[in-house]
Formats: sequence, C-alpha cells, structure tokens
Amino acid sequence: MIEIERVSHRFIDRTVLRDVTVTLAEHRIGVIGANGSGKSTFARLINGLVRPSEGRVSVDGLDTRRDAGKIRRKVGFVFTDPDNQIVMPTVAEDVAFSLRRAKLPREEVRRRVTAALERFGLSDHADHPAHLLSGGQKQMLALAAVLATEPTTVVCDEPTTLLDLRNTRMVGTLLHQLPQRVVLVTHQLDLLDGYDRVLVFDDGRLVVDDRPGPAVAAYRRLMT
Amino acid sequence: MTGPLGLYVPGRSPLHRCPPGPKLLGLAVALVLALRYPLLAAGPVVALYALARIPVRLALAQVRPLWGVLLVTGVFQTITIGWERAAEITSSLMLSVALASLVTLTTRVSAMLDTIAGVARPLRRIGIEPDRVALLLALTIRCVPLLTDILGSVREAQLARGAGRNPLALVVPVIIRTLRTADALGEALTARGVDDE
Repeated sequence: MIEIERVSHRFIDRTVLRDVTVTLAEHRIGVIGANGSGKSTFARLINGLVRPSEGRVSVDGLDTRRDAGKIRRKVGFVFTDPDNQIVMPTVAEDVAFSLRRAKLPREEVRRRVTAALERFGLSDHADHPAHLLSGGQKQMLALAAVLATEPTTVVCDEPTTLLDLRNTRMVGTLLHQLPQRVVLVTHQLDLLDGYDRVLVFDDGRLVVDDRPGPAVAAYRRLMT
Repeated sequence: MTGPLGLYVPGRSPLHRCPPGPKLLGLAVALVLALRYPLLAAGPVVALYALARIPVRLALAQVRPLWGVLLVTGVFQTITIGWERAAEITSSLMLSVALASLVTLTTRVSAMLDTIAGVARPLRRIGIEPDRVALLLALTIRCVPLLTDILGSVREAQLARGAGRNPLALVVPVIIRTLRTADALGEALTARGVDDE
C-alpha cells in the first residue's frame, strides 16, 4: 500500500505539490494533469527520488525518508526518455546492471536477463549497442531492466510520450498485463481504460480521485 | 554494428574465451612489441583478428577514423624525418589502435568492468569504491553516443533556424542539454539502486 500524508513539495521557491493526502491500494492507478501540475513529482515521491518538503510518504510500511534504498528495490521507475535510463553500452548488460548492483549470484543474473530479453522481444539484440535501438525498443529495454529486478510496484512517468502509436499500444498492453501494481503518469488518456483509479492533478493539488471515466471527464473540463 | 567504443562481437574464439585480465596484460605486451617492431607486428595482428573471426569490414572500421590523422602526420613525418621512420610511426599507431580494438571486440563491457573493479580494489583503503571506478568507465562509454546525439540534434536545430555555423549558438544549448542529461542520468542511476549501498 502507498500512503501519502499531507505532502507538500517545493523546488527552491516554487511549490509543486500542495497538501496531498491519498492512500493507494489498487492494482492499476493512473495519474493525469496539465504540464507542471505536479504529477511527475508525485510519481517521484513513490520511490523516494523526491523526498517531500512536508508530510510523509510510505510504501508497504517503509518510509521514503528512512528506507529509500529498500523502497527502490521494491518500486521500479520507468522514465519518459529511455536514453536517460540506459546506463550500460549493450542491451543485455543494461538489463543486468541493477541485478549486479543488488549483488545477485551470477547464474541468477543470467537467468533473469535471458527471461527479460525474451519477454520483451530483445533476445536477438542482447549484445547490440543499446544506443542503436529504435525508440520503441529502447523503452522496452528500460521496462525490461526495471522488471528484471522483480519490483512489487512499477511507476511510469509518461513512458509513451516519445513513442509512435504502435509502440504506445505495446507499452500500454504490457503495463496492463503486469502482475505488479502500476502507477502510470500519462497524457494518453486511452491508456487508462480498465484502470482501477485515476488521480487528476492541477496546480500541485489533487483535485479529482475517481474511476477512469469520471476522472478523465473532469480532466477534460479542467482543460477547457 | 557499432563504433570503436563499447562494441562487442559475440563469438567463441580463444580470444573471446580469454578472461579480460590476461587479455589486458597481453595487450600491454603487444603494444610494446608493436611500437618497437611495427613492420613485423602487422602479420600477427592480422592473424589475431582472423583467430577472433572478426569480419574484415569490421576490422577495417576500427582504424578507419584514424586515416585522416595518419595521412597528415605521415606526410609531415616523411618530410621531416624520412619515409622509413614515418612508415614505422604510422604503422605502430595503427597497430596500437587495432590491438586495443581487438580487446573491446572480444570482451563484454561487464567482464571488463568486473576486472577493473577487481584491480581497483586496493583503492578502497583510501576511500575509493572499486565499483564506482568501474561504473565511471561504463558511464564514460555510454556518454559518447549520448553526447553525439545532443550535438547532432542541436546542430540540426541551429541550421533549421538559420543560425548558420555560429559557435555560440551551438555551444550554449549543447552545454545546457548536456547538464540536463547528466541530471536525468543521475536520477536514473539513483532509481536503479546506485546510491543504495
């Protein structure tokens, strides 16, 4: 369970989140809002990338201030631009990166890398330079690298913004099929069909918290 | 395929199976020999590429970026110190790059990083984490295509907006985007567990 209690956050003199309180226990959670509404900061709170200026964030009982390391092993994060997330020069080595940092046995690393590459259709590219993959393949690699660590929650910050329609659908379907809890920040409202809950942010405030239909309708009204 | 940095060609040759440590030691010895006997070393270097079953096109691609420099320095040296010495220096430079490339062509970056982390282990006594040294190297390799992309896209934008070849219009956005990319990469490293030990 993700618990966010009375959280406000400021970057220097700009307040980006204002007194947000929400408890998330659902399997599929969407987050939408205008640019600069605070949704990316909200996503970063969940795995401790951002520690709140005020208030408290906990994931499955772990506090992001005290247990950020433990939380990051449970909460995977997928960024908008996979180029910023890919660290190692080749595809297989990038999937192995977090696993090696977690000091997993070599055999286990190999097993997970092989499984992840197979699942995301990247087996034929295992030894290829990661920077030569297409945009869609790079995002698949970023997802593969996150899921290979077997997180219990996956937070995605606009993972389809740089993708074409086919890859957007592929990522959307994949996120939908994951057994993990997914928190998806997106501007692509159709990706939220079938989600359990959608949060709408406006000017740093959580203004709507509802099922996808009413939440998206409210968001559309906000944007007119 | 890829450029000279970070490229690995999968294979099962003796060179592929050789661990990175002995391979790096062998490289050091081979470099000394190549610098000392450049004209004699050419044959063995070609033989090593054949042993590793590296395609000819890829082997030539390793030294192709050097040709312009070698041509200029070769001509200069021929004028100043004679063609025999110029041929020796040019050959030794080309062979050195070919040998170093052969190591990267037959060694996975992860295996190389493990070796570097092992070699850097004594640095722990003075507070330097060996894994950080290896990570630094990996990031250096990773940043080459990232920076090339940034430079390419800024240059494109500059030309599209009619800024011509104004160096200031190139340098400022490149620096800003590079700093942003560095920030994003740092955030991704944290998200991927780098600061958790």
